Amino acid sequence: MSPALILGVAVVLPIVGALIILALGKWPNARDAAGIITAGVLFTLVLRLVEPIRAGLRPEYPILEVLPGVSLSLKLEPLGLLFALVASFLWIVTALYAVGYMRGHHEKNQTRFFAFFALAISGAIGVAFAGNLFTLFAFYEAITLCTFPLVTHHGTPEAKKAGRVYLGILLSTSIGFQLLAIIWTWQLAGTLDFRDGGILAGTASNGVLSVLLILFVFGAGKAAVMPFHRWLPAAMVAPTPVSALLHAVAVVKVGVFTILKVSVYVFGVDLLGTLASTMWLAWVAATTIILGSLVAFTKDNLKARLAYSTISQLSYIVLGALLANEMGIIGGGMHIVMHAFGKITLFFAAGAVLVCAHEKDISRMHGLGRTMPITFGAFFVGALSIIGVPPAGGAWSKWFLGMGTLEAGQVGLLVVLMVSSLLSLVYLLEVPVRAFFSAPPEDAHRGDGIQEAPWPVLVAMVITAVATLALFLNPGPFYELMSMVVN
Amino acid sequence: MTAHLPVLQVVIPLLAAPLCALVRRGRIAWGIALATSWTTFWIAIQLLARVRSEGPISYALGGWPAPVGIEYRIDLVSAFVLVIVTGIGAVVTPYALKSVEREIEAAKIPLFYAAFVLCLTGLLGITVTGDVFNVFVFLEISSLSAYALIGLGQDRRALTAAFQYLIMGSIGATFIVIGIGMMYVMTGSLNMADLSVLLAELGPNRTIVVAFGFLTVGISLKLALFPLHLWLPNAYTYAPSTVTAFIAATATKVAVYMLLRFFFTIFGVVFSFDVMQLDRVLLPLALIAIVTMSLVAIFQTNVKRMLAYSSVAQIGYMILGISLASVTGLTGGILHLFNHALIKGSLFMAMGCVMYRVGSVEIDAMRGLGKKMPWTMAAFVAGGLSLIGVPLTVGFISKWYLILGALERGWWPVAALILTASLMAVVYIWRVVEVAYFQEGPGEDSSIVEAPLALLIPTWVLVLANFYFGIDATFTTGVAGAAARSLMGLVP
Repeated sequence: MSPALILGVAVVLPIVGALIILALGKWPNARDAAGIITAGVLFTLVLRLVEPIRAGLRPEYPILEVLPGVSLSLKLEPLGLLFALVASFLWIVTALYAVGYMRGHHEKNQTRFFAFFALAISGAIGVAFAGNLFTLFAFYEAITLCTFPLVTHHGTPEAKKAGRVYLGILLSTSIGFQLLAIIWTWQLAGTLDFRDGGILAGTASNGVLSVLLILFVFGAGKAAVMPFHRWLPAAMVAPTPVSALLHAVAVVKVGVFTILKVSVYVFGVDLLGTLASTMWLAWVAATTIILGSLVAFTKDNLKARLAYSTISQLSYIVLGALLANEMGIIGGGMHIVMHAFGKITLFFAAGAVLVCAHEKDISRMHGLGRTMPITFGAFFVGALSIIGVPPAGGAWSKWFLGMGTLEAGQVGLLVVLMVSSLLSLVYLLEVPVRAFFSAPPEDAHRGDGIQEAPWPVLVAMVITAVATLALFLNPGPFYELMSMVVN
Repeated sequence: MTAHLPVLQVVIPLLAAPLCALVRRGRIAWGIALATSWTTFWIAIQLLARVRSEGPISYALGGWPAPVGIEYRIDLVSAFVLVIVTGIGAVVTPYALKSVEREIEAAKIPLFYAAFVLCLTGLLGITVTGDVFNVFVFLEISSLSAYALIGLGQDRRALTAAFQYLIMGSIGATFIVIGIGMMYVMTGSLNMADLSVLLAELGPNRTIVVAFGFLTVGISLKLALFPLHLWLPNAYTYAPSTVTAFIAATATKVAVYMLLRFFFTIFGVVFSFDVMQLDRVLLPLALIAIVTMSLVAIFQTNVKRMLAYSSVAQIGYMILGISLASVTGLTGGILHLFNHALIKGSLFMAMGCVMYRVGSVEIDAMRGLGKKMPWTMAAFVAGGLSLIGVPLTVGFISKWYLILGALERGWWPVAALILTASLMAVVYIWRVVEVAYFQEGPGEDSSIVEAPLALLIPTWVLVLANFYFGIDATFTTGVAGAAARSLMGLVP
């Protein structure tokens, strides 16, 4: 298969997978196997794109022209490949995890769940390989709509309410800001293609382009930059595999990925550095980083705490893009990877606790580490990566982001990064510390019946935790991709 | 034969109408209507193809040359509208069979099809003719048959709705005929091409200004421009499902076509927009329609009524595109004629499926339908997404051009308003979605199952058209763009 064709197949494959899942709905084992196999095939396909990109190829796969000059088309470039690699690899792991979780938790409508899950992945791959803003927007909206049934999976009034917030914020930002920005870009530049060095330079005044940047940054509502972040905690009513892959990796990363991609290929790093609103937005991101961490402190519900942690961490990437220098972009891109592996591990662990011990609140997790050592061990590793200390991969992305702030001469922003890391140290490590070092509460009827999580859940968790450690030892491939982006 | 296609477009349905009334058997009348609607669709496609390759077609009725005789004149705009009207007719007629049998008593069914075909005749006649008085005649044909069709609704309120429409519609028609009369007095001609030349020669003239005013009000009433839309919500709500789907997708579109014809072809862009400053009237009304009617739609409890208010808002989009008075804006307006026909057609047809099984289109009646009628509700959701303007649907294409047109003029608040109204559409569509998918139906009513295929297939044909023309919009945008350029007086 030619690399261009692989791009097309990679987008279609999860859709085919979804159809197979629907067809096999009556045979759960075959259905779940089909899901995992689709994920595996997808990853091997994406992996085959690494060689072409190293060879300097940038294949394009035009699908069709929608309007004169506006087309649906896919294009391979390093940043998109990085995102696609992460999303497709973690889909395999999550597919495995989801089987254990959904069965262990006796969830209903599993077929529908897995089908929409696959569709959401198709959207994420489509965003990753989008060749222009229109294609990106189309897949961006598709993801929102495909994840809505996942967020409201339980069908309870609470889920319905969360679904409203979810759809309300994501659609208002994307239609209200992003679409306007895209049409405006089309009017100014006459093209929507992603090009090295950007397409907007010299098309309008600094003021207009500054407004455009604001529209793009807030228009990517999935990046959860405050004040458009409320959908993410709301989405936590979804089953944990959704929170893990979609609301820690695929969906949210689509948001920050959009901002990175727009920064690099629509504005261009040089232009971005000259805009009046860039630094202002960087400080909005910095505020989000700090406030997200502070709110995470106040949450006793583990998934809610992780959600606010995600909000904070996403803005690291937004900040990286807005630093408008090489180190910032590299750091932002690397953080997509590092945060993905760290945060998915945390969510896997949170889900395991929910399935096995039926506990949601951190204050009730005393002593659970003794019965669930692997789960909380994995949580510990994931937490290290989010905090950004060795020996976990997160150390690298924070390093580059820190360098980026210094290169931009913004010591204030460096302080923000450091303070937030300290905060996350406290709010994340509280969980394993309680689990391992506190005695179980005496009133609880626990002890009997609580065991380690089912094996698919454990395997998934261990894979991502080990990967997090491995990324510290060898971040090279991802660094290589990101340095291709900035050069 | 092919030379006579322009007149056959009107004559075939005109002859089919009395035939439907004479046969007295519902199914046979339906067969005649079906054959008619498919034939007219075929003719419309032929005409569009010919206009695209050879330019405008002029047909002298009875061999009498214009301006003495009546000229049928088909250019790109009229051919495009013909395709819209006949296309919707061709999809709605197969759908009508079951829906009409359920909603209308058997004895009246042949008469129903007679009125239906007559309505089609009128709408097609307005579109093909190049004679202003002929426009009035066909307008009356389509309106009178529409009053009858609406009055056939199950609910007794359909009668008042039809009466209301009759009064308002007649006022509109009267205004139009007064305007036409004044033009005739001043120029002595009724032929559109002739009129446009004579009016330009006449120069500034108070009578023509008054005629312009009468026509503006009359046509605005017909196309339900805010605040002259009061007849529309009741008419759409209480009409039989088939009629709502057909009229919502075609009648207002043809009225918008009349507006284009009169103000761009006859009066000319310079007179309408530079001298009379029509855009200063239309633009605010369009914006008010878009925002307030979307807001009103949010608070409706009857889904058909909700969609009716949404239609008034969507008509605002079309008028907005026209009042931008630029090629891009006009392209957006003309495109939205086509796109909105697909959107509202599919939504109202989905509601017809609900009516068929549940017997009500109140929002409460939708409880649990997501499970019981999955294909119907999926059609509603898909049509709703298109209405919202999600990418790869036709609604997105329209919005793209309208926003681009607004930005070209530097009117970014207009662009912002368009997007805000899209978000309001999310709210009112999602109200229905939530009720259908998250609320359990009352008890186990086993009679509520999926709608029959005879209803579902036509509905889904339109739904898929929403996506097809949203993914590959080169055909529609090509035609609409060329039509807009020719209306603006530029070489297409």
